[in-house]
Amino acid sequence: MNTIDTWVARHRERAATLPGAALPWLTGHRRDAIDSFAAAGWPTSRLEAWRHTSLAFLDQQPLIAPEDAPHPATTLAALRADFDDGGHWLVFVDGHFEPTLSVRPPLPAGVTISALSEALARQPEAVEAAFGSAAGDDTAVVSSPYALNLALCSDGAFVHLAPGTALEQPLHLVFIGATGAADSHVRNLILAEANAEANIVEHHLGGGSTLGTVVTRVQAAQDARISHIKLQQQDEQSIHLASIEAEQARGSHFATHSLSFGARLARNDIRTRFDGEGCETLFNGLYHVDGRRHVDHHTLIDHARPHGTSREHYRGLVDGNARGVFAGRIIVAQDAQRTDAVQRCDNLLLSKMAEADARPELEIYADDVKCAHGATVGQIDDNALFYLRTRGVDETHARQLLTYAFAAEVIERIAQDALRRHARATLLARLPGGALLEELL
Amino acid sequence: MLKIDKLHAAVDGKAILNGLDLEVKDGEVHAIMGPNGSGKSTLAQVLAGRDTFEVTAGSVDWDGTDLLALPAEERARAGLFLAFQYPVEIPGVSNAYFLKAAVNAIRRHRGLPEYDAMDFLSRVKAEMKAVGMREEFLYRSVNEGFSGGEKKRNEVLQMALLEPKLAVLDETDSGLDIDALKVVAEGVNRLRSPERSMIVITHYQRLLDYIVPDRVHVLSKGRIVRSGGRELALELEQHGYGWIESGAGAAQAAGAAGG
Repeated sequence: MNTIDTWVARHRERAATLPGAALPWLTGHRRDAIDSFAAAGWPTSRLEAWRHTSLAFLDQQPLIAPEDAPHPATTLAALRADFDDGGHWLVFVDGHFEPTLSVRPPLPAGVTISALSEALARQPEAVEAAFGSAAGDDTAVVSSPYALNLALCSDGAFVHLAPGTALEQPLHLVFIGATGAADSHVRNLILAEANAEANIVEHHLGGGSTLGTVVTRVQAAQDARISHIKLQQQDEQSIHLASIEAEQARGSHFATHSLSFGARLARNDIRTRFDGEGCETLFNGLYHVDGRRHVDHHTLIDHARPHGTSREHYRGLVDGNARGVFAGRIIVAQDAQRTDAVQRCDNLLLSKMAEADARPELEIYADDVKCAHGATVGQIDDNALFYLRTRGVDETHARQLLTYAFAAEVIERIAQDALRRHARATLLARLPGGALLEELL
Repeated sequence: MLKIDKLHAAVDGKAILNGLDLEVKDGEVHAIMGPNGSGKSTLAQVLAGRDTFEVTAGSVDWDGTDLLALPAEERARAGLFLAFQYPVEIPGVSNAYFLKAAVNAIRRHRGLPEYDAMDFLSRVKAEMKAVGMREEFLYRSVNEGFSGGEKKRNEVLQMALLEPKLAVLDETDSGLDIDALKVVAEGVNRLRSPERSMIVITHYQRLLDYIVPDRVHVLSKGRIVRSGGRELALELEQHGYGWIESGAGAAQAAGAAGG
């Protein structure tokens, strides 16, 4: 007995009530997607891309909706207290849009921010073009969990920025797991036309949904600038499977920051492709896992066109019996001359049983390129520890300070002040001795 | 007073200090000179509490306290300061944070009120001016990307802020040009006081033109083989360390260790 049939049944039960159920192109995509998921099953370690993160256990275990999760309004209030930016907040509970919890101030002309369900009702053609399909397109991560997402996604955000428009304040997309659902599936579409600019933040909080899939697709047209941050902090039952897929036109800039503070298992597939010359991208990430948690970042930066610049920096703090996985692939196409790519992944093991895997993969077909990469797995630097101790700082505090400092370098790359402050506070709240560190900042 | 008695220390089973004796009275400045590999830096690290060195015999008494029984941080709080030969870079920790954490850890131990942010800043800025450090160094990561001279100034700045009873300066002159050397030496001289002792470790006599020691000791193969006044440093400069190692200098020094 496995759970695949259960998922197929779920699709059958929900199909008529999912948003866009009256749109033949979408119902067709969903049917193809569930077929493709059923044929492939959950990825296991036999697949290279899932070597360290098998989902085979999902075959055996039925998902059980957990009990006591805090009320979504409580979770949301705590989060919003960190921001007084007057920005847009779209809130989703267990994958369903909650208009009553959302905050939607007036938008500049040419900017659309709506729930995917709303967009499917009002402008289905715009959604169709960006939606993706189970067969995948050039940028999609073709993997069965994301096919399942397509089949079952119940909502998400739809953002459209007309040429030259800019969102002054970050757009917050809040996904809260609450009691009552064993799974949730959201799909976000972000379409930035030429010269448009926006900061978009995904907050994934709480427990509730035992299995959550998220697909975020970004299209950055010529000279658009999109900054994306994903803050993921969930309880120890949650399984979080997320894909971020970007395509960039000439001269566009895309930054994606992933702060992954655990679930039982969190997987992030992050990729971008340069479709025009002179694109820039920043992939920046921090993961902190303890207990028996597992976090995996799989990235792909496809330098398909010349004069592209990519910077990729991931850092992991791995404690307890936890495991951190990073696999970063960079492809430099034959005509992608003058590519400048840097990739680093550094891990700090905070316990004897912690484990980290870091695997860089560079495929370079052009000859005039600058590509650097490096990966480390290590412990706190003894010299730095001793130096601090000779200045009167006790060993425990010195370790905490060095751990924080290691992680903070990732956070300092977040350009937007309020988001950086929030990320820093979130990290400090998680680290032992955080309060003491905060006092000294 | 610091009294080091027949100190033996080893790293990875290899003996480096072989029965070192030294007494430093309050307010005195002692210079320790010696060739590479004689054990100078090991002595500094052992005094500061580095546990990669194993003390195999001997004792260090500091005003009635068994220094070797204390962990590094407690030695620092009790007033021991080591200026590192190679100050450590700590990416991600601002110098301001680092200095404040250090100063407050030590003030707490001494029963003094901790500085608030404003008081601390005005104090640290005054001290930075004295050692010729620009204010921007407060907001940079500890020693990261600092030049050799900037790192050493940062060490002297820390010493000034932490107001130690015993300061050990491990080759603070190495890698400095003459201007930087003068600034560092001035910083050290400013801190000389009847309550504060200093051990100045150096390979070269040059530093002792600027920091005039009360006593000079020559270290060879993990022992002090000769002690004298500041003229000993000049003698060494003339003859080179070969003079000591050949035994000629050492023979004259029998029983001369101590202050």
